[in-house]
Amino acid sequence: MTLNMTQYRGSSDYIVSDELRNSVNIAIALGKPLLIKGEPGTGKTVLAQSIANALGKKLFIWNIKSTTKAQEGLYVYDTVQRLYDSQFKDHDVANIKQYIKAGKLGEAFQSNEQVVLLIDEIDKADLEFPNDLLWEIDQMSYYIPETKETVTAQTRPIVIITSNAEKELPDAFLRRCIFHYISFPAPEEMEQIIKVHHPDLEKKLLEQAMETFYMLRNIPNIQKKPSTSELIDWLQALVVGGINPSKIKQDIPFLGVLLKKNEDLDNLLNQLHNKTQTKTQNRSNYWNR
Amino acid sequence: MFTDFFYYLKNFGVPVSMNEWQDLMEALERGMAGSSLTGFYHLCRALLVKTEAHYDRFDLAFASYLGDLESPEGLPDKIWEWLNRELPPSEITEDMRRNHQQLDIDEMKRMLAERLSEQNEEHHGGNRWVGTGGTSPFGHSGYHPGGIRIGGNTRNLSAVKVAGMRRFQEFRTDETLGVRQFQLALRKLRQFTTRSEGVREELDLEGTVDKTCQNAGRLELMWARPRVNSMKVLLLMDAGGSMLSYSRLCNQLFTAVNKSNHFKDLKVFYFHNCIYDWLYHDPSCSLRDYTNTDHILRTCGPDYRVIIVGDGSMAPSELMRAGGVIDWDLHNEKPGIEWMKRLRQHFEYSVWLNPVPAKYWDWMDGAFTIKTIGQVFPMDELTVEGLERAIGKLKSRSVVGKGNKVAQK
Repeated sequence: MTLNMTQYRGSSDYIVSDELRNSVNIAIALGKPLLIKGEPGTGKTVLAQSIANALGKKLFIWNIKSTTKAQEGLYVYDTVQRLYDSQFKDHDVANIKQYIKAGKLGEAFQSNEQVVLLIDEIDKADLEFPNDLLWEIDQMSYYIPETKETVTAQTRPIVIITSNAEKELPDAFLRRCIFHYISFPAPEEMEQIIKVHHPDLEKKLLEQAMETFYMLRNIPNIQKKPSTSELIDWLQALVVGGINPSKIKQDIPFLGVLLKKNEDLDNLLNQLHNKTQTKTQNRSNYWNR
Repeated sequence: MFTDFFYYLKNFGVPVSMNEWQDLMEALERGMAGSSLTGFYHLCRALLVKTEAHYDRFDLAFASYLGDLESPEGLPDKIWEWLNRELPPSEITEDMRRNHQQLDIDEMKRMLAERLSEQNEEHHGGNRWVGTGGTSPFGHSGYHPGGIRIGGNTRNLSAVKVAGMRRFQEFRTDETLGVRQFQLALRKLRQFTTRSEGVREELDLEGTVDKTCQNAGRLELMWARPRVNSMKVLLLMDAGGSMLSYSRLCNQLFTAVNKSNHFKDLKVFYFHNCIYDWLYHDPSCSLRDYTNTDHILRTCGPDYRVIIVGDGSMAPSELMRAGGVIDWDLHNEKPGIEWMKRLRQHFEYSVWLNPVPAKYWDWMDGAFTIKTIGQVFPMDELTVEGLERAIGKLKSRSVVGKGNKVAQK
């Protein structure tokens, strides 16, 4: 690709896989939003920060909550303030413009230069939320009936949308996005990621911790698998606690940092007791592939 | 360009639309694939696939499309690895494969049917008809058909499988008689958000007038919480062969549930006889379109009301044994009963509706499985009264087993 356009190559504090980098660049080139899905703690949110840093662009973050309405991202018409003001007559109430406050999406549209817009955890919102944004995301413009104005983005912002897959997103919305699923990092990638956060870690400690970590993740029926960010916290705890590396695998100290659910802890204990029975399990595993 | 590929994807069950295809064409025109196959692969995947659940299907379609084109070098190793891994190691020898290719479809069909009936008698003694009574041991006695399917020489085997599969009309028809009664019953299944939770976002007109008057004309706005139905429903329907006799009844219920638009969310899935790792999106219960049961358990909160419709009668092994799944090409590691228990554990508000009249439950073919399931889920017969009883149970945490007694009276 030899086009004169901004190319994302990753940044020093964020390890990006080739596939993800490709997807980001495709999204930037086509001017479409990039929908990022993946297990919690795989760095979905940090990606937008990294893109903004690497390309030297400003970052707008729109955090979605269960009560967020699509409209709020564009603008809010503060009718209440206007009503109050009308009683005191010290403002020019006829000028509606001063009561229109741009939301995060609106701000990103109005910016003079290209910005990065992160719509974080879009699946938190109501089922209809993504559908309400279809037109705005397609056209990168919206209309304010109160002032009869149309706001159009001067440069299409780079839109990154993250989802934890708590809800299914509507097809019409998906069709307008570039999709990328961040798979859980393989041990080698994980080592790289850890190096970014803990540059000088004892080799033995890292090895043992990683082995234990992936062992925990592979236990069947774990409800909340430990994630990258939890591994990083755990390593920190191990270092601070001065744990002897050879004991990590046996004792699994600070287990609470990795497993957050009671059921998972019970499950782990059961599994450790039943290790002798795994042989039969492996056989039946074969059929399930 | 690549128009064939579009249809390949469709055939492999990746839902692609024209919009995305045009985007891909535009991207290709701009040289974004970087004239490498890997680049093309990533570009296609990013643009055409919208959920990680379809990545596998995409890889398959891509591999088979390019397999036809020859020169697959440069194809991401991952895909080939993935394909190789799917084959059961060393279990299928080249000879076996050749043998299978020599058989024509009719012969294969006959062979499978023969073996199936033999095994039925040997292991279970049940003389039920092939469609539903065909118990699973066949599915994993000789070889793993799934492996062959992926290996490439697919047509013969899958054709045979299709022949063995049940055929159903879609559940949705325009039944009106009875539907209304069901609908009325379903209307009781609602739960309004209380006035004490949620966001105050509706202007409370009366309150505002009152307050403003009290304020001697100075505006004071009051806000209220809107009341919305927060009932979310998950409907799981058995599409197994033995359900055919009750299809009319099920149609009525299905139509009624579908027309009830007062639910906040309604999800419908199908299963074949018993619930295992997969919940299907349509009554044909084919692996082309399914969601993992685990995924449902993860994404649907315990506040979902679960209505399971099924006759609950099956071979005991289908319910109690690992690998008991009736479909020939599938294998379940956990017995169905465990899945049932997990569902029940997660969804406290759940009921089982059985189209079979309650008076037959104790002595019909599936008495054992009906009884076992009845110990997990509260079971009611699928009648208007039964549905009303069931809805009562969906509104409050219900005790298992209670339903049986009521029904038996």
